[in-house]
Amino acid sequence: MPSTAASPAANTVRWNRVFRQAVLEAAAAFALALLLLGPIVGLVLDGYQVKNELQRPLLIAAIIAIGRFLVTLAVHTPTGQVALDRFNARRRQPGVLVVSVSESGRQRWWLLAIIALGLTLPFLASKYWLTVLIQAMIYVLLGLGLNIVVGLAGLLDLGYVAFYAVGAYGLALGAQYLDLGFWSALPLAALLAALFGGLLGFPVLRMHGDYLAIVTLGFGEIIRLVLNNWLEFTGGPNGVAAPAPQLFGLEFTRAARDGGIPFHEYFQISYDPLHRFVFIYLVLFLIVCLMVVVVTRLRDMPVGRAWEALREDEIACRALGINHVLVKLSAFMMGATVGGIAGVFFATYQGFINPMSFNFFESALIVAIVVLGGLGSTTGVIVAAVVLTILPELLRAFADYRVFTFGVLMVLMMIWRPRGLMRPRRRAFEVKGLCP
Amino acid sequence: MDWHILAQQLVNGLTLGSIYGLIAIGYTMVYGIVGMINFAHGDVYMVSAYLTAICLAVLFSFGIDSLPFALLATLATTMLITAAYGWTIERVAYRPLRGAPRLAPLISAIGMSLVLQNGVQLSQGAKTQGVPSLIPATLRFGEGDDFVQITLVQLLIVVVSLTSMAALTWLIQRTSLGRQCRATQQDRRMAAILGINTDRIISTVFVIGAAMAAIAGVLVTLNYGSFDFYIGFVTGIKAFTAAVLGGIGSLPGAMLGGLILGLSEALFSGMVNTDYKDVFAFSLLVLVLIFRPTGLLGKPEVEKV
Repeated sequence: MPSTAASPAANTVRWNRVFRQAVLEAAAAFALALLLLGPIVGLVLDGYQVKNELQRPLLIAAIIAIGRFLVTLAVHTPTGQVALDRFNARRRQPGVLVVSVSESGRQRWWLLAIIALGLTLPFLASKYWLTVLIQAMIYVLLGLGLNIVVGLAGLLDLGYVAFYAVGAYGLALGAQYLDLGFWSALPLAALLAALFGGLLGFPVLRMHGDYLAIVTLGFGEIIRLVLNNWLEFTGGPNGVAAPAPQLFGLEFTRAARDGGIPFHEYFQISYDPLHRFVFIYLVLFLIVCLMVVVVTRLRDMPVGRAWEALREDEIACRALGINHVLVKLSAFMMGATVGGIAGVFFATYQGFINPMSFNFFESALIVAIVVLGGLGSTTGVIVAAVVLTILPELLRAFADYRVFTFGVLMVLMMIWRPRGLMRPRRRAFEVKGLCP
Repeated sequence: MDWHILAQQLVNGLTLGSIYGLIAIGYTMVYGIVGMINFAHGDVYMVSAYLTAICLAVLFSFGIDSLPFALLATLATTMLITAAYGWTIERVAYRPLRGAPRLAPLISAIGMSLVLQNGVQLSQGAKTQGVPSLIPATLRFGEGDDFVQITLVQLLIVVVSLTSMAALTWLIQRTSLGRQCRATQQDRRMAAILGINTDRIISTVFVIGAAMAAIAGVLVTLNYGSFDFYIGFVTGIKAFTAAVLGGIGSLPGAMLGGLILGLSEALFSGMVNTDYKDVFAFSLLVLVLIFRPTGLLGKPEVEKV
């Protein structure tokens, strides 16, 4: 280690070496980037010919090379060393932050403020932003549901969208064949999704992590393909219509359709198509709040603790007598139920669904929400879901780069903090003065 | 069912199965050595399909009309660049995650897969691309309406994949590099203690897997002629199914699994229903994982503390 009292000459020699290393690494990065990106980014297929766009890979490779050069230099400065050490130390942090029970009651005011904001927001928003808010809430719900499976129980479910589809089609097909309304379909679709979760989960939960991911992925695709191909029952790619919700038999339409009374006539106000969306949003918001309470309570209950313990060390849990299949199954079915509920809301808000909405990318997006939110942290998942839905709306110009950015963020996130951005908090009693 | 339809489906299944087998090698070797599913592998194959078309277009635009030379040059270039992709993906997305929680590499792999898919879509456009039909020659057996048709490309696919499989088996069984690979697969820490550079071996495995996927990419592009940025997803899962079917971690298993999957898929779509052939393949995956997770030739995995 060179001390601070090193002679200027030795310092110069050292910096020369660092500089040469940085230049070499930058050159290697430039060459590699050019090899990788040159053909794919630089030569665009057009019919059986290629168009020359070589300036694009050159530019990207130059940026990569300069970045590499600067990083190599920065790492060798004292500040860079400290930053690198801190970065490496942070990656090895344990998964859960323990807070004492007395400390955890302080966020009550924040919670009230957020709930109040959430309840007033729909009355201020335009139709466009109202639909964005509903979408955000649906993703919050999906994120919370998948968070139980991936974040808490540590089971990577890549076919989560299957349960979302079961919920959505449960409402649409239930209305078409069984004449169910929104309110009767909501619990039934949730139950149906839970049943699907149980049916899929029971045989596959015995296998270990990676296989589970692939099986759930396969299952998600099977559901989508069946919905797409079973023309007589599901309408195939043409989709099906889904009924709108009612408030105690009051309809949110201009004129009564199914013999009910329109909402605006009953309350003697003028008709506004926004009423339907405001209503959907409010119900959804209440369900999200309920979900947050349920998840928070569950985490302090034995089953929630068993989920997290299984995530950390399955062998130890089995040695301690936890029935791992049953515990995993409970997490899986809970997650499926929430996915089903989110699906019902999706269907009723869209008014029309088709299998296109339930492809693998949707699953990957929900996984991204849970991962970026911090694998197990409820607050993190909510923030991630809201940000990932609203940010793309604000950055319309970069809409094409959305998936690309998600992918990059997922990789970076795993390198930077493999356990997620926000460390999950776990309440525990602190015993003071007993131990030395 | 007539014999010629059955025979035709067998021929189609054999070619399809060889392709699955080639891609499955990448999954099975990586899983054997690092214990992770390289989710981006299907997209590496997709990249190689694009590279094939780009290479051919560039070569033809320079006025090179010797077909064997063009094909060989395309194969070599595609393998080189695709191998570089395999190396870079391992270096960027997986190596920093050694020793991270179990889910981390898998999530990083999904991220990488999204990056590749969307990166290609952004730079090459979303529309389906293609190459002209280069080798139109076919062999016919039978007369009248009852015939079995084997295209020269199909023959090429079977021959090339069998040759590359044989070469790879020789590499793994007979050379020093292969011995090091097998040692790292058996016990990475012990191999490192004995002086094997395990990081380099892992990189090599990714390079080999990507090169095999590149061969598959070239052959498929020649056979079907069209592709888009999404082909890696379904083909990737099916190749993974083949790897699991044959027993993950086993090289002959990958080829066997590929052939069985290809044949049964072709027979299913010929006899039952074409629309549900993907459903059939995915159901096969689920069933194999439930009832025989070690596959046909795999060894049972023992969990140790």
